Amino acid sequence: MNVELLQLYVFVLAGFVGFLVISRVPALLHTPLMSATNAISAISLVGSLVLAGSGRDRVASVLGFLAVTSATINVVGGFLITDRMLRMFRRGGPGPGPGGRR
Amino acid sequence: MTSRAALTDAAYLAASILFVLGLRSLTLPDRARRGMQLAAIGMLLAIAGTLLKREIVSYGWILAGLALGAGIGWPLGTRVPMTAMPQRIAISHMFGAVAATLVGVAEFWHAGRGAAVAQVQMVALGLEVLFGSLTVTGSFLAFGKLQGLLPARPLTFPGQNLLSLSLLGGGLGLFGWLVVAPAHPAAFLAMVGLGLAFGISLVLPIGGADMPVVISLLNSYAGLASAATGFAIGNEVLIIAGALDGASGFLLSLVMSRAMNRPFRNVLFGAFGAAPPPGAEAGAARPVRSITVEDAALQLAFARLVIVVPGYGLAVAQAQHQVRELAQLVERNGGTVLFAIHPVAGRMPGHMNVLLAEADVPYDRLKEMDEINPEFERADVALVIGANDVVNPAARSDRGSPISGMPILDVDRARQVIVLKRSMAPGFAGVENELFHGERTAMLFGDARETLAALVQAMRQA
Repeated sequence: MNVELLQLYVFVLAGFVGFLVISRVPALLHTPLMSATNAISAISLVGSLVLAGSGRDRVASVLGFLAVTSATINVVGGFLITDRMLRMFRRGGPGPGPGGRR
Repeated sequence: MTSRAALTDAAYLAASILFVLGLRSLTLPDRARRGMQLAAIGMLLAIAGTLLKREIVSYGWILAGLALGAGIGWPLGTRVPMTAMPQRIAISHMFGAVAATLVGVAEFWHAGRGAAVAQVQMVALGLEVLFGSLTVTGSFLAFGKLQGLLPARPLTFPGQNLLSLSLLGGGLGLFGWLVVAPAHPAAFLAMVGLGLAFGISLVLPIGGADMPVVISLLNSYAGLASAATGFAIGNEVLIIAGALDGASGFLLSLVMSRAMNRPFRNVLFGAFGAAPPPGAEAGAARPVRSITVEDAALQLAFARLVIVVPGYGLAVAQAQHQVRELAQLVERNGGTVLFAIHPVAGRMPGHMNVLLAEADVPYDRLKEMDEINPEFERADVALVIGANDVVNPAARSDRGSPISGMPILDVDRARQVIVLKRSMAPGFAGVENELFHGERTAMLFGDARETLAALVQAMRQA
């Protein structure tokens, strides 16, 4: 089996896994989900790093630099903001009611 | 395989596993934080593994890019307010797509300006730059609209659909030609240009209320661009992460379009955001019953179950904290307060939940539509704040209504309904709302934030 076909298998199966996993995420967390998938898909940083560091020529390096910058913005900003949101979600428990523990 | 290459591959495999586990942890709010921290570790592993690669010979540009990106990403992650989350997410789709597009263009150039590109690789590169370029401009435009840099209303002109279709057709045509004959750099650049232009024409006619669908869709496109990058440069972890992102965005688009009562094919082809159908104006003169703040406060003070229905108006008025205060007072009087969250409340999927969580409302009080609807019959008071179409009973009963079939919150089944609303203006769909004329409905006109503050004041004195 050639490489491209194998990659297609990986894509299709990962898509199914994604669909199954994500369909169980409650609407409650849909915004963090979106920022989380955004941070994860910033894995395109991997391709950008190779481009920026391959020393092909100046154009490739500059394009690579811009790509690394863009992807890093998403990696750093994406994981940070996802964590910031998830930190806010807390259970109320019986008794004091909304915000009662302030 | 050298041991270095094996290390890189092991890092990628670990990253892929941690990504899936991270997304899976989002099923439960209590575990989500830890899970996403694992995913972040996966990302660090993948980056470290890449830096080991033998193709990388110089680190100057890499370090500069990492430093600059981290410098910009840090405030974007720590300082942006939760109300600005939709535009924050929109702009991050742009950054992701910029990276994918640039890598695609550079790959093409490196391979002898297309001369050394195999047909299969050209398919991947074409998809990468097409998805990438349209997401770049589309997301930027969505950001501009959400941020208020551009008018939020749909911008339309005659022949718009024809223009969009020709841009898309032109891009696809060039794509097809390049797959047959890759060595045409001018055609490749023209294809990128057409993709950029199509992104603009895709989002231009979309109004503010349709943004949840657009953001989800652009999320999906950004993921697909990443996955295509993985195909183009032969990197499996990119394919996996891109597929996860693409699936997530696709699923959220489905959820949103169902909740907004728009057929999914409209979403797929971007033909949404058309002018809302003209609604029946006949009921404009019909009487409504209004209520004073004091009477409303009294009803809330004696209620055993209060269900709050927050809509976009609540977010606009920035009244989350006042709602939480009101809820606290009701609970102090021995009542229970639940929040009914319609899937399209807010400007992006799940936005309302984040806003209320930030205002310190515990998440177990935030109920999804299917869960809360049977509870309305038991509710003493349903408090509707800045929501309109999502509580319109016409969606259930009136087959001729433009919003017929749209899933709604069954607010009209509560014993008493209090609607906080700025004016009697119809909602986004331009449809008269039967609920406001109901026997058990009382209107409380005014700015949501001020009215809620007055309610809190009155309840304290009651």
